[in-house]
Amino acid sequence: MTIAIPTFNLSSIGPWLTLTVAAILILLLDALSPKGRKAYFPQLSLIALAVAALQTWWLWGQSGTDFARMVFLDNFAFYFYLIVILGTTLTVLISRHYLEEWGKNLGEYYALLLFATVGMMLMAASNHLIMLFLGLEIMSIAIYVLAGLFREDARSNEAALKYLVLGAFSSAFLLFGMAFLYGATGGNLFIGELAGKIKEALPLTKPLTLLGLALLLVGFGFKVASVPFHMWTPDVYEGAPTSITAFMSVGVKAAAFAAFARIMFAAFPAFVLEWHMLLWVLAVATMTIGNVVAIAQTNIKRMLAYSSIAHAGYLLVALVAANQLGAVSIIYYLLAYTLMNVGAFGVVILVGRKKDSYLNIYDYAGLGFQHPVLAAAMSVFMFALAGIPPTAGFVGKFYIFSAAVQAGYIWLAIIGVMNSLVSVFYYLRITVLMYMRPAEADLGPIAFTPGLVAALIITCAGTILVGVFPGWFYDLAVASVKIFPAL
Amino acid sequence: MVVPLHYYLGLSVALFALGVVGVLIRRNILVILMCIEMMLNAVNLAFIGFADAFKAVDGQTFVFFVMTVAAAEVAVGLALVVAIFRHRATVYADDLNILKW
Repeated sequence: MTIAIPTFNLSSIGPWLTLTVAAILILLLDALSPKGRKAYFPQLSLIALAVAALQTWWLWGQSGTDFARMVFLDNFAFYFYLIVILGTTLTVLISRHYLEEWGKNLGEYYALLLFATVGMMLMAASNHLIMLFLGLEIMSIAIYVLAGLFREDARSNEAALKYLVLGAFSSAFLLFGMAFLYGATGGNLFIGELAGKIKEALPLTKPLTLLGLALLLVGFGFKVASVPFHMWTPDVYEGAPTSITAFMSVGVKAAAFAAFARIMFAAFPAFVLEWHMLLWVLAVATMTIGNVVAIAQTNIKRMLAYSSIAHAGYLLVALVAANQLGAVSIIYYLLAYTLMNVGAFGVVILVGRKKDSYLNIYDYAGLGFQHPVLAAAMSVFMFALAGIPPTAGFVGKFYIFSAAVQAGYIWLAIIGVMNSLVSVFYYLRITVLMYMRPAEADLGPIAFTPGLVAALIITCAGTILVGVFPGWFYDLAVASVKIFPAL
Repeated sequence: MVVPLHYYLGLSVALFALGVVGVLIRRNILVILMCIEMMLNAVNLAFIGFADAFKAVDGQTFVFFVMTVAAAEVAVGLALVVAIFRHRATVYADDLNILKW
């Protein structure tokens, strides 16, 4: 018996290969190099990420599939590659000093970070449910470990275990949904062909497909932290190392939304009414609960966790709109969110100092007088997260709500804007504390390390530039959502 | 004798529901992890049932991937349970209450 190996092109998964090889290399070097000489891992990761970004840039414009139709090659996936790589790069930049403070600047941290990035890319590009599941788990398992990186810290342990239990729980729902879809479509696992197969078998298998769709929504709802599947988010975000919280809030969200949007847009045109209605409710609940509960938080990481739930709600609005502008706004908003949220967490790391001793929002009082530049940067991020012009957050929200109006969901847009107003309260409270209240005690010196400063400059400049000149990013996003003909 | 598809599916749904209930009401983390395994195995059963009915092989392939990933997940989960046990000498989910709303 001869087995024909289908032709494939290694360069079409170039970015994954680069990052995987770099991660394995870091693990090897970590085991082989003597103690105290492990300082070069961040640089190595940055180089690998730069190469991966370059490879993605070369792939840009390709279309089709590869590896026996397993992998999508399209600009939608490549845009998400770039967002994820940006998120990881910024995370590497803000990590080093923070980890050294905790005595945890280990090789495996960077290796796991890169593995998680590869998982995210797999999710964005998968054309097969097995691939999607594997990408999800490569990402998730790496992040479970990273969340529990501070073994001796009870909070970190607890956060990691809660994340693992609820993450595995939600994966099981997602898988059960996939199993039902597999059954409903008569044995099809390709995402690109789901729509046709569902339509073919519709009269016979409608209940089964609906059940599968509902279970998929539960699984993805957990991953993007939408209400009512958000319970884990504040606990995990608060307990995990701050750099990993930043990574989770941007990377996992981007990857989960990439896969979510692709499945919803590509596979369920026959069930548009059903999932629009469900997601409409989820979006409203997510925005409202995220924003309202964030007001009551005094721990800055917890506040940003609820804010990240609220932002998942805004992104769900764009998903419900399900038109071209909606898809564009998901991509654009995730890019903006990556910049502003990692920036905010960078400031949290800088102010946190001494093993996260200063995480209360009142620790920010008087920051504007003692460290004016840092306070100015934090204000930019807070304005951006609140959606105030001329930042990227404003333009992103503008696109999302225009998409909702265009699709006829006027009330959804109105509720979204009102929620946005609520969010201004807790974001601006930080700014008010920094500039209008004297410090309760001397803040003491803040260690500005090159990595953190570079990350803050990139995020700050990026937040403003992407907001002032959205055209280029908008055009790229428009080019990348052309793959959804149904929109 | 051929086992009909709905037997597989009925068993699978029952196992999955048992797993969900177990995760929600049990307090011992080890039992919770076992219940999650049960949910994953219910999924495997559904895949095998469908693959058998369709005479297709990709559903069975999926099962191998699920099993592998479940093993990796449990390895991390048990490591975390050990780390927590060293700190607080407990394996009960109720005692994990430092982080609270």
